[in-house]
Amino acid sequence: MIPSSPVLPDQASDVARSVDHLMLFALSGLVVFSTLIAVLVLVFMVKYRRTSANQVGIDIYETNPKSHILELVWSVIPLGLLLVLFGWGTKVFFEQNRPPAGAAQYWVTGRQWMWKIQHPDGRREINELHVPVGRAVQLKMISEDVIHDFFVPAFRIHVDVLPSRYTTYWFKANRTGTFHLFCGQYCGVEHSKMVGSIIVMEPRAYEAWLAGEKTGPSATGVASGEELFVSKSCNTCHRPDSSARAPVLNGLWGTQVSLNDGTKAVANDDYIRESILNPGAKVVQGYQPVMPTFRGQISEEELIQLVNHIKSLKGAPAEAGK
Amino acid sequence: MTTTPSTLPDGGPRTHYLNAAYGLKSWLLTRDHKRIALLYLVSVSVFFALGGFMAVLIRMELATPEGDFFQPDIYNRLFTMHGVLMIFFFLIPGIPAVLGNFLIPLMIGAKDLAFPRINLFSWYLYSIGGALTLWALLHGGVDTGWTFYTPLSTNYVSTSVLTVGVGIFIAGFSSILTGLNFVVTIHRMRAPGMTWFRLPLFVWGHYATSIIQILGTPVVAITILLIAAERVFHVGVFDPKIGGDPVLFQHLFWFYSHPAVYIMILPAMGVISELVATFSRKPIFGYKFVAFASIGIAVLGFLVWGHHMFVAGQSIYAGVIFSVLSMLVAVPSAIKVFNWTATLYKGSISWDTPMLYALGFIGLFTIGGLTGVMLATLGIDAHVHDTYFIIAHFHYIMVGGAIMGYLGGLHYWWPKITGRMYPVFWSKLSALVVFVGFNVTFFPQFILGYLGMPRRYHSYPPEFQVLNVMSSAGATVLGLGYLMPLIYFTWSMRYGPKAPANPWGATGLEWQTTSPPPVLNFETPPVVTTAPYTYPVAANAPEVRSV
Repeated sequence: MIPSSPVLPDQASDVARSVDHLMLFALSGLVVFSTLIAVLVLVFMVKYRRTSANQVGIDIYETNPKSHILELVWSVIPLGLLLVLFGWGTKVFFEQNRPPAGAAQYWVTGRQWMWKIQHPDGRREINELHVPVGRAVQLKMISEDVIHDFFVPAFRIHVDVLPSRYTTYWFKANRTGTFHLFCGQYCGVEHSKMVGSIIVMEPRAYEAWLAGEKTGPSATGVASGEELFVSKSCNTCHRPDSSARAPVLNGLWGTQVSLNDGTKAVANDDYIRESILNPGAKVVQGYQPVMPTFRGQISEEELIQLVNHIKSLKGAPAEAGK
Repeated sequence: MTTTPSTLPDGGPRTHYLNAAYGLKSWLLTRDHKRIALLYLVSVSVFFALGGFMAVLIRMELATPEGDFFQPDIYNRLFTMHGVLMIFFFLIPGIPAVLGNFLIPLMIGAKDLAFPRINLFSWYLYSIGGALTLWALLHGGVDTGWTFYTPLSTNYVSTSVLTVGVGIFIAGFSSILTGLNFVVTIHRMRAPGMTWFRLPLFVWGHYATSIIQILGTPVVAITILLIAAERVFHVGVFDPKIGGDPVLFQHLFWFYSHPAVYIMILPAMGVISELVATFSRKPIFGYKFVAFASIGIAVLGFLVWGHHMFVAGQSIYAGVIFSVLSMLVAVPSAIKVFNWTATLYKGSISWDTPMLYALGFIGLFTIGGLTGVMLATLGIDAHVHDTYFIIAHFHYIMVGGAIMGYLGGLHYWWPKITGRMYPVFWSKLSALVVFVGFNVTFFPQFILGYLGMPRRYHSYPPEFQVLNVMSSAGATVLGLGYLMPLIYFTWSMRYGPKAPANPWGATGLEWQTTSPPPVLNFETPPVVTTAPYTYPVAANAPEVRSV
């Protein structure tokens, strides 16, 4: 889609508008200061140009007691403006980074050189993300290899996609259309081909798209979390009965877990992912570090399925909550 | 270099550092800081030409949206080597090793740097590092970007990462030793009467730079060793697959590489202070503020590395801290720009070539600095991070700032260095062509960046083409602008009119000795009795400066 303005990218979210306003403020500061400097320099160049070979300038600094005040003035005024810009920029940054409660959760897996995206209902697509207009969308992102970066200019926000932990991107599109998705972090040979589209649709069209025959690459052969929980034999130890060798996972999500070393951890996506890949890192109080690592035996997409599955396990947390 | 001996006023030949000895050995084994400066001048010019040639190829590829001129792997090598050569082998050594080396002893009234042998050794280290990097260029190159982000650089590319890393590692020691040499020289070897507040601001700028070189460079050296450990021995430092943390690399890398930006710009600021004072014939407005602003930038510069990582997955609260600290760095930079401008007020301003470059610097640095403030603003950076906006910003600082300062300085001290003048018309034209070419090249990139064109893209969506064509066209003009000084400086070494000792009517000690200076810099040891930039110049009143 060709942007409507030659200097402004599509503005497809309220956050994008906030960023543009902030930019406009910063830009007006730039124009004022650079014009001031340019005009003064040019005027002085002409007005005080050397007219005879032996002419020297007049030192006004030592003779004028107000010189120090002038120094203070042009230190303090820029400082004040910079702090205003800092405050405003920080406010916008929090908008950009804090998803509203109740945002629909999508998953993004980046790899050299494609984006794999999973909808809340499990539907999957590659290099395309269909979303309904007006709904807050939260992306939990992870990379299978190097660092990538999820960048949609129309939403005015970049977030790096790391191979070590989940990062979060969110947006709420306020208009329909197709917008560029770029990989914003250099990731190897075909970096400039790691591009895609965000397709923002009317909610009804989105429902139709979800229900439609147009499945695309949805059947990628990734087993469901429930199947993985069995096939990876998680269920042999993590059983919802008291004789289990491993902590009960039902109702674990979001609780605070006491660890063997006396510290506490919150059971979130990263905690669960880490506990699968590196079980010895955070051992729950009262348990032995007997779980084998699954590093190298499970893909990031399978991990997402498992994390989602564990998240869905309801029931009273038997021991984890203490 | 063959230069005909200068003559004394009575017509007899005079011995100076250029004609004191001849032959390759007299250059390659010299301990004279002035000759070492010329060795560096030749070396950094070679790297600048190579890096510039790569920039030309990059702009050729980007003239069309399709990746049609090079394969992506070649394109990636081009921008990586462009960055590596320009930053580590041209911009960082550039002004300090060439102009600083030549001028610091002259400016403080010393015979040489404190450690002449270490100075020569530094040049050899630099040359070995550079040679290794060029060797790597011919043996597969490197395609990680000059930033070497992990785990891409450690476990996902098979190019010559290690060779280039070792090249940078070795060249880094050249930088550390040069900084050390400058600090000791400035502390210990000042002429009688040359107190700290009589030092030219060029020396203050280099003092601040040296602090960064000494304290920052070891960190990048350690980082390169860690990369080697991971690549060769698979020690998990950065790659999470073997237990490392990829963001740790970015902290270590930027802890050096952000202050490194100030290694590039502080010496240029020192040059500009000299030029503005000389060509206005009056002291710099607020000398002490400008001097301490250099130190302030050097110190604060160590506390802002995290502003390269606002969207890298670091805590958003860390982002807040780094943002406010980055805002603070802008204050001393603003002080300098205002003080230079105020110096022009009631000056006696000549429009000589070095001054034109200095004014170009002030304009471009102001734009570069103010767009840097935008990048320090969290909400803006989150959008323009890693787009052409940042490319435009740092080229305004490094090319518009550091290279304008370097060229301005070369034009200013060329008569002192070579004893020859260069053509006035062509040199003024070069300043204009460089300024115009630079803006046409890089201004469109600000807009491209805000529109969302990511950096390091070999192909791009067609709507970005118009601005890219403008940028490529500007690069052609800029390239011509850089060729002009190369030609007339080369010409002037043999054919240029002889330069007097003080062609600009300047005050610094370097102008009180002959052009070119004698081997030990001064016929009689100088004694300093006045503050810098005290006009009128007493004995050595303004001389004829026409060519």
